[in-house]
Amino acid sequence: MASVVEVQNVDKHFRLHKQRHKSLKDRVLHPGQGSFTDLHVLQDVSFNVGAGETVGVLGRNGSGKSTLLKCICGVLQPTSGQILVRGELAGLLELGAGFQPELSGRDNIYLSASMLGLSRRKVDGLIDEIVEFSELEKFIDSPVKFFSSGMYVRLGFAVAVTANPDVLVVDEVLAVGDERFQAKCMDRIRQFQADGRTILLVSHNADQVRALCDRAVVLEKGRLVADAPAGEAVRVFREHLLGGATVSKETNQIDGGVVIESMRGSNGSFMAQTGQRFEFEVTISSKLPVEGSFMMELYSQAGKLVVRTDPTQTPVSLSPGTQTLSVAIEDLPLMDGSYQVNLGIVSAEGNSVIAWREQIAALEVSYVGRGAGLVALRLNVH
Amino acid sequence: MSSELNPLARRPVEQRPVRVVSAHRSMRQRLRAIWDSRELLTYLVTADIKIKYKGTALGVMWSMVAPALSIGVYFLVFQVILKNGVPDYVVMLWAGMLVWTFFSAVVVNGTGIVVQRAGIVKKVAFPREILALSTVGTALVYFFLQLIVLGVLMGVMGHAPAWGDVWLLPLAFLGLLLLASALGIVLSAVNVYFRDMQHLVEVGIFLWFWLTPVVYSFQRTVAPMLGAKDLTWIYFLNPITPVVLTFQRVLYGQTMVTATTPDHAMLNVLPNWSALHYAVLNGVLIAASGVALIVAIRIFGRLQGNFAEEL
Repeated sequence: MASVVEVQNVDKHFRLHKQRHKSLKDRVLHPGQGSFTDLHVLQDVSFNVGAGETVGVLGRNGSGKSTLLKCICGVLQPTSGQILVRGELAGLLELGAGFQPELSGRDNIYLSASMLGLSRRKVDGLIDEIVEFSELEKFIDSPVKFFSSGMYVRLGFAVAVTANPDVLVVDEVLAVGDERFQAKCMDRIRQFQADGRTILLVSHNADQVRALCDRAVVLEKGRLVADAPAGEAVRVFREHLLGGATVSKETNQIDGGVVIESMRGSNGSFMAQTGQRFEFEVTISSKLPVEGSFMMELYSQAGKLVVRTDPTQTPVSLSPGTQTLSVAIEDLPLMDGSYQVNLGIVSAEGNSVIAWREQIAALEVSYVGRGAGLVALRLNVH
Repeated sequence: MSSELNPLARRPVEQRPVRVVSAHRSMRQRLRAIWDSRELLTYLVTADIKIKYKGTALGVMWSMVAPALSIGVYFLVFQVILKNGVPDYVVMLWAGMLVWTFFSAVVVNGTGIVVQRAGIVKKVAFPREILALSTVGTALVYFFLQLIVLGVLMGVMGHAPAWGDVWLLPLAFLGLLLLASALGIVLSAVNVYFRDMQHLVEVGIFLWFWLTPVVYSFQRTVAPMLGAKDLTWIYFLNPITPVVLTFQRVLYGQTMVTATTPDHAMLNVLPNWSALHYAVLNGVLIAASGVALIVAIRIFGRLQGNFAEEL
């Protein structure tokens, strides 16, 4: 099957100027003075995306994933190597990027659709659908400068998805508008997949990638470290997040078929109280005896990492078969809120993942005092 | 609904056009991409004009105010105060200003355009040359508006152009268009890296104006001085000179006129060259500007790879 996107040995260097925008005077008086540092943002990245595939691009901030995407969209040129794109590509790098504030919504639809490569004739046929999707019927003939930011991105998204591209490139823009509109966007993405269109999705949300993508590539410091089915790619991404700079080839051997089956609060629920002890049980099955460490992550509602426990403090030995680990959090130091729980079994040194479960539960913490914030600080005042 | 509009009718992958993103794209690929974006170009031009005169009572007629004002001032200074004696001097002035306004608008606005549109350059992929070309398009619209106004003015004044030589106008304009586009494209790219360019261009354009025979007569001032030393060619190193002279020759229509001053002297206001001579001059300009445009697109291609990071 022919590839729709072919990324071939792409290198990208950035010149990071110590002093941006040198004036002509500086250039004439100090020719050849290198007041920049060279950043190697992408190094020899190659991969293919086939027709109808949804491929995720994972990587932490600064791994080069946005640069790669900009190269694929054609906003940036690779320093060397090339990218082939077959068919029309719509890049959602920023919604409503090409809008002119003074023009009406309708005029902006034509303008930005034409930037996506659509002819006037095609837009004429699609404009009703675009307006309907954006739910901006009443405002479509007013200048977009009067639009709220939510209306702005809704119109941008509507244009991009209705543009009927062969390839859709999405960069963390799925968080558009209110929840209902987000659900509508996700529906549209799924419909895209059902139509057999190709999607490239950049995200640092591993779960979104696992939920939507067939395959994912992982970037680390500009290098492609994995190109694998989504689940496997997410595992590699996790390992890199844990700081294991090297992906050991033996991970597959020590993995021993470990699966985190379930998590259960000891009192039957995930309700906890600030400052109290919270106990839970984790059911794990393993095919082989495994020496590893238990690890837990908590994320706040806003998606911020609250804590990642130190695996070296919690070694576990797993025996073949199903077993239950009893875990207790002493004096739960969290203020009220809902926290996403990720659990993992990692190698004893903590640099490779043996098993991982994302969002296995949501911990509901309630607090009855008068303090506020994220952590419950216990003070001793004499 | 045609099959083309049916969202479910996907072309087989093999038949889809291939787009290449690379630092080394051939001239043909880039020219083709520019051609494919011609509709975007018209949108950018109409958006530009719409936005500029949105909500104004006079609308696009405002584009006439600045050139009309400078023509008025020059007319006052040269004809009324200095009494240069050229009959229908306003036609002569307008013919030259027409050329100059177009050229300076393309060069000055073109220089700043990429920096000004940094927002879309950083986020949307399209051939960046289109931005420089959009300033050409906008200037083109104003050029034709001013040409029409001049036509009306000449009708009212009863001033006839040299009808037999009108074919020289498109020739001269083609040279002007190619040259202005070449400069606009190069300068828009260079300005991203050297922001001084914008200011240099403004100063340069001011000097250039006075090196071009728009408000003064080439034949009465420059030609006698340089001609005496066989140095007239130096003046033609200014590529705008032949264009301005051609427009003046065709639209003003006469080379020898009777002065409106009390002595009624005969004034030789324009060179007595044959139409062929003008055609050759403009032919040379078209060839040179064509080469300049190709070089400009090449230079632009070299520089545009880093636009999104430099802006």
